Amino acid sequence: MAQSLAWKIGGDQGEGIDSTGDVVGTVASRLGYYIYGYKHFSSRIKGGHTHYTVRLSAQPVLAPEPEVHVLVALTQETIDRNVAGLVAGGPVIADAAFKPQLPDGANAQLIEIPLTQIARAIGAPVVRNMVTVGASAALLGLPLEAFAKYVEEKFGRKGAVTVAQNVQALEQGYRFVAEHPDVKTRYALPEATPGKRYLMTGNDTLALGALGAGCRLMAAYPITPATDIMETLAGLFPKYGGAICQMEDELAAVTMVIGAGYAGARAMTATSGPGFSLMQEGIGLASVAEIPAVIVDTQRVGPSTGMPTKTEQSDLMSAVFGGHGEGERIVLTPGTAVQAFEDGYEAFNLAERYQCPVIILSDLGLAQWVQTVENLPYERLTIDRGQIVGAEETAALEAEFLRYRVTEDGISPRTLPGTPKGQYLATGVEHAQTGKVSEDPQNRAAQTEKRRRKLEPLREREGVVLADGVEGAEVAVVCFGSTIGAVDEAVADLRGRGLKVGRVQLRQAWPLPAEQLGRALGDARKVLFVEQNQTGELRGLARLQGLEDERFASLLKYDGTLLLPQEIVEQILTLVLKEEV
Amino acid sequence: MEVTLQDYRTQEKSWWCPGCGDFGVLAAMQKALVNLNIAPHEVAIVAGIGCSGKIGNYINSYNIHVVHGRTLPSALGVKMANRELLVIAAGGDGDGFAIGMNHFVHAVRRNINVKYIVMDNHIYGLTKGQNSPTSDTGQKVKATPHGNVESPVRPLSLALSAGATFVAQGFSSNQAQLARLIEDAIRHPGFAFVNTLSPCVTYNKINTYDFYKQTLTNLDEDPDYRSDNRGAAIAKVLEKEELVTGLIYRDPNSVPYEQAMPGFAEAPLAGRDIRLGSADFEELLEHYR
Repeated sequence: MAQSLAWKIGGDQGEGIDSTGDVVGTVASRLGYYIYGYKHFSSRIKGGHTHYTVRLSAQPVLAPEPEVHVLVALTQETIDRNVAGLVAGGPVIADAAFKPQLPDGANAQLIEIPLTQIARAIGAPVVRNMVTVGASAALLGLPLEAFAKYVEEKFGRKGAVTVAQNVQALEQGYRFVAEHPDVKTRYALPEATPGKRYLMTGNDTLALGALGAGCRLMAAYPITPATDIMETLAGLFPKYGGAICQMEDELAAVTMVIGAGYAGARAMTATSGPGFSLMQEGIGLASVAEIPAVIVDTQRVGPSTGMPTKTEQSDLMSAVFGGHGEGERIVLTPGTAVQAFEDGYEAFNLAERYQCPVIILSDLGLAQWVQTVENLPYERLTIDRGQIVGAEETAALEAEFLRYRVTEDGISPRTLPGTPKGQYLATGVEHAQTGKVSEDPQNRAAQTEKRRRKLEPLREREGVVLADGVEGAEVAVVCFGSTIGAVDEAVADLRGRGLKVGRVQLRQAWPLPAEQLGRALGDARKVLFVEQNQTGELRGLARLQGLEDERFASLLKYDGTLLLPQEIVEQILTLVLKEEV
Repeated sequence: MEVTLQDYRTQEKSWWCPGCGDFGVLAAMQKALVNLNIAPHEVAIVAGIGCSGKIGNYINSYNIHVVHGRTLPSALGVKMANRELLVIAAGGDGDGFAIGMNHFVHAVRRNINVKYIVMDNHIYGLTKGQNSPTSDTGQKVKATPHGNVESPVRPLSLALSAGATFVAQGFSSNQAQLARLIEDAIRHPGFAFVNTLSPCVTYNKINTYDFYKQTLTNLDEDPDYRSDNRGAAIAKVLEKEELVTGLIYRDPNSVPYEQAMPGFAEAPLAGRDIRLGSADFEELLEHYR
């Protein structure tokens, strides 16, 4: 019995690959399995090979499976390109209509089903993919009834005929495999317990986190892989009194958010690398004028246009140090959908408490691939609007309001426009405590030190260095972002082999909690930084902050594909073996 | 309480050159705000970069002085956050028609509820005298010693053709008219563009006070001119090569952006109870089952 199975459907873009994958993922999730669903797609709308893999597991999973157990091929290209990734002898479901063939030497079993013909006979060519779902259910050992029930729910509004056609398609596909005399492989997963589970991407949860935190304005320019955030909120905002402004570019998007933050709204923008580069000047303004702003950078392969639909973690340095001058900001690095929710929420509290830009550094792997979400901590999170000076206080002022008062903790209480006697100038020019422009050297030093000082306590913020099993470990893995899924799975694998392996996940890249990180690494004999970039940006950042020693090593992946648990396992085994020699 | 000019003044000494047209624009803005009895805390002025961008130092309202060229998107953010505020964007011709041109056209077409006052001196002043996008063809400056080979942007016809719902032009020397135009702009529900001819006495030797006094036509004094016809307005500004002052066009049916936005809250966002309860989340999550 397998602990986890991977089902993959492939075809041309525009053939309903996504919706078919969603059906399999959703039904398996309802049956109680943990899901991780990931896709291969290109920057085009119709045509071009695409595939969608749904990993089903009895245990939580947040990483790809190295091999596929069932391949559904809607085109010959799907077979040609994906059959090598199949488990030995694994089944390939293919439409007899395109006369599928296995390439020479392929170790697989081709199950030709007259998909198109069955769909036509049912009277609805569109149910072709549903036939493959039925066939897949039989191969994966999943109950057909669960699929039928989902179809009734999903297509109920379209009428009884549509439901019946889809159920028929499911049944015929299922029966074809079940009654097929030659099908060699039939899988089974351990029985699962259905629970309150949701299938969500990091973009989904981040959007809900922002909404939950009271974000009611978003300005954005469409860009893969961040656009879902904007589209999700565009659907929800009208009900909650919010608005999306689709701007003419990212320069406008970030400065719109800054204007809104100045005026007291919780506002955000979301972008990816190219747009993030354009936003840097605006981020500097928010730093120096101490204006709350939340900016999501959903990283993809860069620089320039890079590979828009592939994953990478190469914006870390530009998130932390981007733009001219030394503009202080907070950089959060969520790794799971639940963490993206937490950060999508907490970013607004941090932005208002510390009056600065907060960058949520997501990545394509987190942003776009669905995962099982069990508990979104919405009851635990609370809203903190920071230090705001109200009308009663300003009424008592005898002199001009000092917006940028130099305080011990560096935080200067602010007024919101509309508050009588609270007027001030917020400017990207260096300014005196009043906000008015100043070139006085002493003032410059005092103001820039104040802006740096206010963020210092964040180095000891709780929950930003998540360590597990590092004490006495042979190897401790350090990671940030979506690779936590692969890291955790690799760590569990190695522990299963009797190796002491720990891991540390970093949830905040700036201010870097360097001392916390150093403490967390404890007495681990080796430290492996796992990053999806070519230069080891996190390790470099740690070095800049005084963390580097002979224990450190790096695993870097930068080909645009998701990191596999097995790649980490191999690297760690190599490290340990080297040590023993 | 009666608002006075004193309420809008600050203690700052001006960095502008003596005789700069921007003094006149500042004074007209202050007068307009006083005439309409708007309290300083109800006003947010968003300024760009350049000589004119320093205006926020000299006017005692809420002020935000932003990144070069991004005056209008920042102003949109302020207005969307709190639509009870009067939001005025102010900047120069470089800020508005070079680095920020993109935003100008989009602000026009969105009809954002911002009053946009451009202090147009046809030159880059703060970088010491280079041609701006409104500089005349042929103008010789240090960066174009053989003369400007480009054609100038025509801000009025540009705004009109992009669909602006309010277009006016003033001259910083004609205080009474400029103040009145700014008052009209403030009353207009939507994007109100007031281009002001504001001479640079240091670097622009062509577009001087005398030049404008000799060449400007005051449309407000023309009994035959009607400001409710876009086509006629475009024809007039083309005919006069934009050397006009007065209210050029006003759309009486203007609907501001924030009002057109479906479901958007009317109360200032800052003051709203923004927390979502568990029931809200349960409902939102149903979509992902």
